[in-house]
Amino acid sequence: MGRGKNNVLPGFTPALGYTIFYLSLIVLIPLSALFFKTATLTWGDFVAAVTAPRVLASYRVTFGASLAAAVINGFFGVLVAWVLVRYRFPGKKLIDALVDLPFALPTAVAGITLASIYSQNGWLGRYLEPRGIKVAFTPLGIAVAMVFIGLPFVVRTVQPVLEELDQEIEEAASCLGANRWQTFRRVLLPTMLPAILTGFALSFARAVGEYGSIIFIAGNMPMVSEITPLLIITKLEQYDYAGATAIATVMLVVSFFMLLCINLLQKWSRCFAE
Amino acid sequence: MSIEIEGISKSFGTFAALKNVSLKVPSGELVALLGPSGSGKTSLLRIIAGLESPDSGRILFDGEEATKRQVQERQVGFVFQHYALFRHMTVFDNIAFGLTVKPKKSRPGKAEIRDKVHNLLKLIQLENLADRYPAQLSGGQRQRVALARALAVEPQVLLLDEPFGALDAKVRLELRRWLRRLHDEIHVTSVFVTHDQEEALEVADRIVVMNEGRIEQEGTPSEVYDRPATPFVYDFLGSVNLFHGRVHEGTAQMAGLDLSSPENASAQHAPAVGYVRSHDIAIERDGNGSGAIKAEVRYLLSVGPLVRVDLVLSGSDRTIEAELPRDEADRLQLQVGEQVYARPRKMRVFVEDYQI
Repeated sequence: MGRGKNNVLPGFTPALGYTIFYLSLIVLIPLSALFFKTATLTWGDFVAAVTAPRVLASYRVTFGASLAAAVINGFFGVLVAWVLVRYRFPGKKLIDALVDLPFALPTAVAGITLASIYSQNGWLGRYLEPRGIKVAFTPLGIAVAMVFIGLPFVVRTVQPVLEELDQEIEEAASCLGANRWQTFRRVLLPTMLPAILTGFALSFARAVGEYGSIIFIAGNMPMVSEITPLLIITKLEQYDYAGATAIATVMLVVSFFMLLCINLLQKWSRCFAE
Repeated sequence: MSIEIEGISKSFGTFAALKNVSLKVPSGELVALLGPSGSGKTSLLRIIAGLESPDSGRILFDGEEATKRQVQERQVGFVFQHYALFRHMTVFDNIAFGLTVKPKKSRPGKAEIRDKVHNLLKLIQLENLADRYPAQLSGGQRQRVALARALAVEPQVLLLDEPFGALDAKVRLELRRWLRRLHDEIHVTSVFVTHDQEEALEVADRIVVMNEGRIEQEGTPSEVYDRPATPFVYDFLGSVNLFHGRVHEGTAQMAGLDLSSPENASAQHAPAVGYVRSHDIAIERDGNGSGAIKAEVRYLLSVGPLVRVDLVLSGSDRTIEAELPRDEADRLQLQVGEQVYARPRKMRVFVEDYQI
């Protein structure tokens, strides 16, 4: 595509060369080092390392809590986006800005804050614990932290799609006899769905990779509330580099497949875009 | 179904969009609401559809009160200027939408829906595009799909909001003739909004001219064009020249001419304005007889089959505009700067009080 003397955009060769060099340096080399380090293990050792009961438990906690958090965000994120787009109210700009806060806040700060308000003596924890709802230092706390950091992903992907939606589309549906629910299910939801799925997947991916905000609230009990990234750190601290990279490799492959899914979803959502 | 509008008023904030509007649309007619932007025509259409509710007044469908009816119950088909098609659905699904959202009891079967949609596709001449998405259609095709979608539910009333406004000139012309023929076939009571006087004159059975939230005149296209009731209608429909003067007991004095104005028989030395359409001004070389004004040709411009002549009245620097058929202009062989006589063939005089 870029070849030929009459190309309108000059500099194809140096631009592509630089891009590949840069991507190699920043992304590919570190990631391949991960695989090489893992390759020092035998296949048997590798399987043993990534399927140890404690490791399997951490997958369950990480992916289970991430999935739950992404589902919650998928629902409430759409609600927040809907309110921000559809209604006018005082302080709307402020709320709009608040949505981005989980992006910007250092994750450790978020983690400490969440841990302190949900702990036994915290603002919320002191009311929840007597009722038998234990949030801090349980998988539930992990999910809460993941919901916190994942919310902006859903809101920010759904918001522009909602803004683009013409009021006339809904008016057309109601003129044709559709009630509010039918209009939402048949007209609005299908239009928003690709964006909701993308937001869901992004929020899920972020939750799987999250470390800083979770370790404070998680309690980190092996087999119960220990997340996979923490397990990697633990192994590194025990100088078990190969074991750590083996688990990291599994995470890497899973992340890659998730990103692939996100891209496919985005491609699908462009299908009927004008 | 006939529509009766009784004393409808509607304000948006401090802006009064409609001021006590009453109108009757007889069953089976195609009526145009014509007016400049901000005249309230779209608000009136949306109130008929139930997309807006009036501040006061009533809407009657076939003599039955419908003011409080929900949009869904009104059985109106609404066509939007920007089509408002469901972009995630194919043409087929768009047209079928109104049938598939019906309550279970009255919803037709799958085969029946398919037949109906195919008949509509045939009607809009897009049979082979059933599986396309709206993004893959041209503007004219999209608007036809929107019309078919509205017709699928067999509405009692068809409402069209500037249906050809977003299309280019040629498609617009084709589509409005097609709409006229379609209406002759299906005879559903239709109201359409437009700011294009030519469109209204060509398509509608009756025209309702609106201005500043009020109805200025309603009548057949030839009534509103040939006998405008108010200066506004005169101004809005076609190009027009204004003459200022006085009217006294049925005789108007304008630009040095005495003209009879029987409709102002009771006027006493009242200041008045005379309206003459550009094509009602004849140009003559010699000013024999009365009723012609001496003038100088300032500018000539051929526009298609017509020639536009700008004339400066002698003794003043007022300019009037005349339109001649091409062959008439060829016969006269007018030159810029030469002296001619302009004869108003038809003038309508309004006493100044009525002026907007």
